[in-house]
Order: sequence, then C-alpha cells, then structure tokens
Amino acid sequence: MNMPATKMDIETATPAGTAAPVVAMTPKRPPRSETYARMARETAVRVIPPLVVIALLLLVWELVCRRAGSALPPPSKVFKDTKELIFDPFFDHGGIDKGLFWHLSASLQRVALGYSLSAIAGIALGVLVGQSVWAMRGLDPLFQVLRTIPPLAWLPLSLAAFRDGQPSAIFVIFITSIWPIIINTAVGIRNIPQDYRNVAAVVQLNPLEFFAKIMIPAAAPYIFTGLRIGIGLSWLAIVAAEMLIGGVGIGFFIWDAWNSSHISEIILALFYVGIIGFVLDRLIAGAGKIVTRGTALN
Amino acid sequence: MTAYLKLDHIDKIFTRGAASTEVLKDINLTIEKGEYVSIIGHSGCGKSTLLNIIAGLTNATTGGVLLENREVNSPGPDRAVVFQNHSLLPWLTVYENVRLGVDKVFAKTKKRAERDAWVMHNLNLVQMAHAKDKRPSEISGGMKQRVGIARALAMEPKVLLLDEPFGALDALTRAHLQDSVMALHQKLGNTILMITHDVDEAVLLSDRIVMMTNGPSARIGEVLEVPLARPRKRLELATNATYLKCRQRVLEFLYERHRFVEAA
Repeated sequence: MNMPATKMDIETATPAGTAAPVVAMTPKRPPRSETYARMARETAVRVIPPLVVIALLLLVWELVCRRAGSALPPPSKVFKDTKELIFDPFFDHGGIDKGLFWHLSASLQRVALGYSLSAIAGIALGVLVGQSVWAMRGLDPLFQVLRTIPPLAWLPLSLAAFRDGQPSAIFVIFITSIWPIIINTAVGIRNIPQDYRNVAAVVQLNPLEFFAKIMIPAAAPYIFTGLRIGIGLSWLAIVAAEMLIGGVGIGFFIWDAWNSSHISEIILALFYVGIIGFVLDRLIAGAGKIVTRGTALN
Repeated sequence: MTAYLKLDHIDKIFTRGAASTEVLKDINLTIEKGEYVSIIGHSGCGKSTLLNIIAGLTNATTGGVLLENREVNSPGPDRAVVFQNHSLLPWLTVYENVRLGVDKVFAKTKKRAERDAWVMHNLNLVQMAHAKDKRPSEISGGMKQRVGIARALAMEPKVLLLDEPFGALDALTRAHLQDSVMALHQKLGNTILMITHDVDEAVLLSDRIVMMTNGPSARIGEVLEVPLARPRKRLELATNATYLKCRQRVLEFLYERHRFVEAA
C-alpha cells in the first residue's frame, strides 16, 4: 500500500549511482510495548476461559460435597488431606510407601519400555503390511481380531507366560498400543504417491535407501497419528494393569488408597494421571510436528 | 549413423481381468543424439504410457527400447524424467532434492565436495541457486519445475524425458520456462524427448514432432521435421512462414484427420 512513498524515500535519500539502502523497504516495526501488549491479550483470550470454567466446577463440587455425610470429599478437604503428598513427592519410607514422584516414575518407566517396543515393532509390521499385499492379506484379519481384545484380558495370559508382574505389565502396554501404530503405518505406506516411487526408481535407490529416504518421511504423518493414539492407550492400560500386579506404580497407589479409604489421595492421583497423559500426548504430537514439518504442508 | 535411442516395435496392452485394451500399437522411432523430439497427441492416446516405457517405469508388452544399442527395461538415471507435477520430495530442501540423485549417480566417481559443486552448478543452470535451502512448499510452481529440471539434468542423463513439463503452469511462466529449456538444450546439447499437448510448444522447441493417432491402439500418425534454425526467438517466429506452416500441419493432423472423437 505504501510502496510509492517508500520508493520516493529511497530516491530522495540516496544520490544516483550508489546502492539504495534496503532498510528503507522494510515496514516500520511497531514499538516493543505494543507487541508485548498484543501477546498478553492473545494469551489472556486463550487462558481465561478454561480458568473460569475450572473455578466454576470447583465451586460446584465444593458446594455439592460440603454437606456432612457426603460420600466424596470437597476440593478443600482433598487439598487438606493430601498436602503432604503434594508438597513432598520425593519421600521414600521403603516398600510401596513412597512419594507420588516415585509411583509416577515407576509407571512412566513401564510405559516408556512397553511403548518403545511397540513403536519399533509396530512401525516394522506396519511397513511390512503396507508394502506387501501378501502380508496384508495374511496378517490384516489377525490384527483386526486381536486389536479388539481389551488390554486387561491379556494380563492373566502374560502373567502365566512371564511369571512376574513387571514384564507382564510391560507386555500389556506393548500389546495395547501396537495396533494403532501398525494400522496407521500401513495406511501411510500404502498412500505413498506413485510419483515418489517413480522418483526413487529413476534415481535407483536401493530398498534400504528407499525405506529411509522416501518411505518413512512420506508416511511420517500417518505414523505419528498411530504413535499418538498408541501413547494414549498405553497410559490408559498401565493404570489398570498396575492395579492388578501391585508394587510401586500410580495404578497400585490408587488401588491401595481405595483399600485404605483415602478418597482424597485417589482424587489427587487421578489429577496427576490426567496431567501426565495430557503431557505425553502433547510430547508425541510435538515430535510429530517437528518431524513432519515438510510433508504435512503438502 | 546408428540410432541413439530406438523404439523398436513397441506394443502395449493393459489387461485387467478378462478385459484387455491395446494402448500402443507398433511404435517405431529413432532419435539421434542431441535431437529435441516432441510427442504430441490428444489426451488418452497413450503418450504418457510411451514415455513411461522409455523411462522403464512400465514395460512394453512386446518390442523394446534401445539406448546406444543396449536394451533398457528398468528405470535409471540415464533416462531422467521431469515429471508433470514436479514430484519434488516435500520433506527435502531444493538442494537436497537435487543432491539425492547426484549422490546416487556419482557415488563412486565424484568426491563429496565435487558433488556439492555439481548440485550448485545445476541449480545455477536453472537459476534456482538462490532458493537452495527452501522447501518445495515455499516456492512457486514454475520454480518447482525448474528444480525438477535441475534434478534430472544433474544425473547427466543420456536422454532427458519431459512429461508435459509445463502443463501445470500458467501461460507466462510456461513461456519463460520454455525459453529456459531451449537455452539449456542449446548450451548442453542434451537429447530430449518431450510429451506435450501444446502445438506452439511443440513447434517452438522441437527438431521433430511425432504426432500420435487417437487411442485405443494409438500409432505414430506422422513425423514432422521442423526446419527452423536455432537459436529460435519466440517473437520473430510468430510471423515466420516456416513456423506457421509447421504449426498448420500439426493443427490439421490433430483437428481434422485425427479429431478427438470421444466426448471429453
């Protein structure tokens, strides 16, 4: 819009023959304070509504559960009961009498192990099924049946096989989260445009190079969809599995709290479980965004 | 002089279940080194199939392709293709897209630094060196096609195959790119085979125009020499009698003798 004005500036500002200062072409930057004010406004618009809703819900909860004889504690009581757990998550009195940090970290370690295994195996199987029609015909019906089995149904079988709680829990994570990874990877591989395959053929990439340079980047958006569903499922499964296998872990912490009628502790644990599930989901989504920044644009 | 590229009695039949369609019938063509040949025909006449057969992406049902007297039936960098929709890999930068082919073709013959220089040389040829770190989504359609040409050229192909390279571009960009390709052909002396459906483009760029009849069972209907001296200038040719005569011949072939009959 202000092109003519800027052009005139250059002409008047520089004597003929010397290079025109390019700086004059850039639009004037708004003052710092204005930028910050705008950023603050944008943040406020997004942060205030959820805060208001949360405050309202807490208020309703408080009002409903305040009466004497109420089955569940109101938020104020939850906070009072669990203050110690909130402010000292790192205590360790031996056995399973540990701070919440240790319980959560034990659960996260199981998830990390089970989920990594399922990511590796899931992508590998997904590539196989996506690339080979024969493998798809052979394996797909099997996958479609197995993926409907609820996570906990695997637990007795895995306990029988591994004869130990730890590997059984990891196996349940693995078997729960692998299906969406396989299926999404396979769809991604099948949807690689013929153009990319032609390019690879003309350049004569060998199968390994094709896998690394074409297949994985082209299917990455699909793979990350699967990985994101998978991490959500594995966090769902770990709590249930831990309730049954016992030991240190947020699932058994909840079960233990229920057995000792510490309802406030259950509520606190649920809060942590939710937050961590949310963070895990964001982490995978963020990683996906970085990895697929080229592909997703097209 | 023996033919550089020879299409020898190529038939192509697509079979799906019991039904089979003969797409190409008895295609014979020889192309000399350094020649610029266009294949023109209505859509659906199998010209893209023919290019895919030469590129090795599809196999001929009978007959074959000879390049320097050796049969070729699988894809390779000696017949680099510039695809209609550029087919750049969106997760690689412009530089990396060209480098991918260069690394493969010159893995043994060129050192790392030489390959880097060769990529930049080819990007410079198409005037795209300035955008080397951009991703395909950040550059215009014409620029993408330039990079596609650079990627093909960088493989030092014996024959450069252009599959309607300017089809998806607007008229001004197309003219600009045609001039660039002409200049490159002049400078490097590549053997070029181009698929097109644009009569002006064919006459302007080619030494010979191969006109295909309508499918199914498309054949080569006529081959027209374009005896115009190079370098050719778009503006001067607009009134050039030879140019107009050639143009007329192609138009007559396409719109009188082999009119597109199907309702399209």
